[in-house]
Amino acid sequence: MPILSRNFFQFFGLEQKLCVDAETLQKRFYELSRQWHPDRFSRKSASEQAEALDATSILNDGYRTLRNPVKRAEYLLKEEGFPIGEQRSKDVPPELLEEVFELNMMLEELRGGDDEARGQLEKARGNFAGLQSDVDGQLESLFAKYDAAAPESDTAKQALQEIRGLLNRRRYIDNLLRDVDRAL
Amino acid sequence: MGTFQIDFGESRKSKIVGIDLGTTNSLVAYLDLTGPKIVEDAEGRKIVPSVVSLAENGRLVAGETARELLLTKPERSIYSVKRLMGRGVGDVQDELKLFPFRITSEGDAAIQLKLGERTFTPPEISAAILKQLKDNAEAALGAPVSEAVITVPAYFNDAQRQATKDAGRLAGLDVLRLVNEPTAASLAYGLDKRQDGVIAVYDFGGGTFDISILRLHEGIFEVLATNGDTHLGGDDIDNLLLRIALEEAEIPQDSEGVQRLRRAVIKAKEELSFAPDTKIELTYAGKTYQRALSRELLERLIAPIVERTLEPCRACLADAKLTPEQIDEVVMVGGSTRIPLVRAAVERLFKAKPHTELNPDEVVALGAAVQAGILAGDVEDKLLLDVTPLSLGIETMGGVVSKLIHRNSTIPASATESFTTAVDGQRNVLIHVLQGERELVKDCRSLARFDLKDIQPMPAGFARIEVRFLIDANGILNVTARDSRTGKEQTVEVKPSYGLTEEQVEGMIRESLENAEADMNERQVREARVEADNILAAIAKAQRNDAWQALSAGERNEIETAQRALLAVYHQPDHHAINASIEELNRVTMDLAENMMNTAVRGALKGTKIE
Repeated sequence: MPILSRNFFQFFGLEQKLCVDAETLQKRFYELSRQWHPDRFSRKSASEQAEALDATSILNDGYRTLRNPVKRAEYLLKEEGFPIGEQRSKDVPPELLEEVFELNMMLEELRGGDDEARGQLEKARGNFAGLQSDVDGQLESLFAKYDAAAPESDTAKQALQEIRGLLNRRRYIDNLLRDVDRAL
Repeated sequence: MGTFQIDFGESRKSKIVGIDLGTTNSLVAYLDLTGPKIVEDAEGRKIVPSVVSLAENGRLVAGETARELLLTKPERSIYSVKRLMGRGVGDVQDELKLFPFRITSEGDAAIQLKLGERTFTPPEISAAILKQLKDNAEAALGAPVSEAVITVPAYFNDAQRQATKDAGRLAGLDVLRLVNEPTAASLAYGLDKRQDGVIAVYDFGGGTFDISILRLHEGIFEVLATNGDTHLGGDDIDNLLLRIALEEAEIPQDSEGVQRLRRAVIKAKEELSFAPDTKIELTYAGKTYQRALSRELLERLIAPIVERTLEPCRACLADAKLTPEQIDEVVMVGGSTRIPLVRAAVERLFKAKPHTELNPDEVVALGAAVQAGILAGDVEDKLLLDVTPLSLGIETMGGVVSKLIHRNSTIPASATESFTTAVDGQRNVLIHVLQGERELVKDCRSLARFDLKDIQPMPAGFARIEVRFLIDANGILNVTARDSRTGKEQTVEVKPSYGLTEEQVEGMIRESLENAEADMNERQVREARVEADNILAAIAKAQRNDAWQALSAGERNEIETAQRALLAVYHQPDHHAINASIEELNRVTMDLAENMMNTAVRGALKGTKIE
C-alpha cells in the first residue's frame, strides 16, 4: 500500500485497537524515524526526498495522535465513520445542566470581585475534576470492550457510540476546567 | 570562462560544512575521521567576528577585517545583524535605540540597511559573513564547498529561518538543513554515550537565548520541548555597561568613540568571568576614561537579565511535563555561559552541575558538523528529532487564530484544512498564516498570506480546497493546495509578511553571480599579471646575458616588439589579452631561452668536478 494512503495504525504496523501499549508505540516511532527521517535522504533523488518528507510527517502526526488516548479514540472514531464533529460550548450535556449553571454563577461572582466565591469555585473545580476522572475510567473500560469485540460487530459499534458520547462530555468538562483555572 | 570546469563527480564527494552563524561570532566546522573540527583561517583564528563592512572598493568584507573597520569606519560597518533577520522595520524600533543600525526603509517594508553610500538587506549582510566562512573552509579543505548545515536559534520563527536560508543561497551555499543551536550542541557533547537520559541545553549567546529539553535513546536525540527569547543575550549586558560608561566617560562620543568604549566594556565584562575585579580603560582622542568594575557590581547589574532566562526554562520544563529533578544532565552553550552568575543560576534551577567541558563558543559549530556528517551518510548511529518552537495557525472570523500545528510538535509536522468560497463565482481564497501562542491575530506573528488562485467558479460554499500546511525538517512552512473534487493541484501564491519574496532572492543571486564573475575575472587578471611580471623579469635578465648578443638583430627586434606589446596590455583588465601577449613573447624567446640553457649547462658542467 502506498505510504500516503496508510492510516496511522497501519503506518505503525499496529492493529486498529483503542488500547495501545505506550512502550511498543515509542519503539516503533524510533524505528520508523530511523527509516524515514529526511536526514537519511539528503543524498537521494528529489522524489525520494519528497516521499521521506511525507512519510515522516505522517509518522510524527500519527505518533502525536496515537500516544494520547483521547486523540487516539477521536481518530479511530473518524476512521470508523463516527466523526465527533464540532462541539459547541453552548451545548451543555443535560445531566450537567444544574452544576454548570451554578458554576457560571460563581465565576460571575468572582469576576465581580467577590473573593468568597473563590473557595466555592475551588470546591466546584474539585467536583468537575472528579467527573473528569470518572469519564476517563468509563472510557478505559469501553476501550477494552471495543478491542475485545469482533470488528464491525454490533457490540463494537455500540461501544463506539458510547465512546463518542463520553468524549463529547469530556471535552465539555475540559473547557469548563480551563475557564475555572483561568478565573482562579 | 572556458578554462574553468566543474567536476560534478568530485563535487558530490565534497564536504558538507557545519556553520554557526552567530550574533557576535561565527564559526565553520567539518567532520573528518577523528571527529568534528573547527576551521582555522590563515592566521590560525577559529572565530570570524559577525561584523561586515563596506570596503572602499565597494565590496563587503566580513570578519576580523570588518571588526577593525568598525572602529575607524563605523558608518560603513555593521554588527549583530542577526537581530534584524526576518523582521520588519516596526519590530526593531527597540533595537535601534541600542544598536547603530542605519535603517533606510519604513513601515511594513523589508529592512534596508545603509552602509556608506549603499543599502543592503540583512540576508545580504549575513551572506557576506557566510561567504567569508565558505572561503576559510575552502582554503582549509583545499576543495570547493557548496553545501552547508547552518544553525539557528531554536526559538527562531519561520521568517527568521527563511531569511537565514536566503543568506546561505546568496553566499553560494546550498543549505541542506537548518539545525537548532541547542540541539546541535547536544550532538557535539556526545552525551548519547549514556544509555538513556533527559538533558537540558541552556544556550545563552550574544543575542539570543534558547532552552531545549531532549530525551536521548540509543543515538536518537528527541527534543521534548523548547523555549527561548530571540532578543536576549550578551549584547544586552554590553549595552547595560555601555550606557553607564557613556554617562561617565568624558571622551568624545562620536561613533568611533562609542565603538571603542563598547570594546572596552566587553573586555572588562569578559575579564570578570575569571577575576573578581577589573578596570574599564580607554584613551581616545587625548582623553582617558578609567573605572573600576567588580564582579559583585556586575552581578548586581545583570541579575535581571539572568533572571529573564529562567522563565523560559520553567515554561520549557512544564511543556516537557518534567520537574527539574528529572533532568539528568545540563549542557551550557554560548559565550555568556562563562559568567559565573549564569552558571550558578542554572545550577540552582536544575539542581545539577552543568557541563562546561567543551568551549561554549565552539560547541554549536562542532554539532553542526556532526549533523552535516549525518546528512552525508557518514554518521549513521545518530538522529535528531527536533520540534517547532511556535504554534502555527490561520486567521478565522473576528481576528481569531485557529491553531493547526501546536508548538513542540516533532517536525516534519503537517495539518490539513478544507476551505471553501463565501460568494458565488469567487475565484480566490486568501489564507492568512500566523505563528505564536496567543489567541488573537494582532498578538501573533504574521508569516504570510497564501492566495489560492484560479478556483473554478461555483456557487458559494461548493468549492472544496484542501490545504496542507507542512513544517519541514528545517522548521520552515510549505503550503500546498488541491481541489478535492478534481484532485487537481491548486495554485498558491505566497506573500511573505516580512523578508524577501522569491523574486527578490533570485534577483540578488543573479547580482551576486555577476559579482562572482567580476571577482573571477579580477583574479584571472591578477594571475596573468604575475606571470607577465615573471617573464618580463626573465627577459630583462636575459638581455644582460651573452646569449642576447648571440641573437640576430631581427630576432632581437621581434622580442622587443613582443615585450612592448605585453607592457601595453599589462594594465588592461583583460586577462585574455595579457595571456595572448605572454604566449607571443614565449614563442619569440624560445631560441633565446634555449641558447641560455645551453650556456648555463656548459657553465655548470665546467664547474663540476667528479671525485
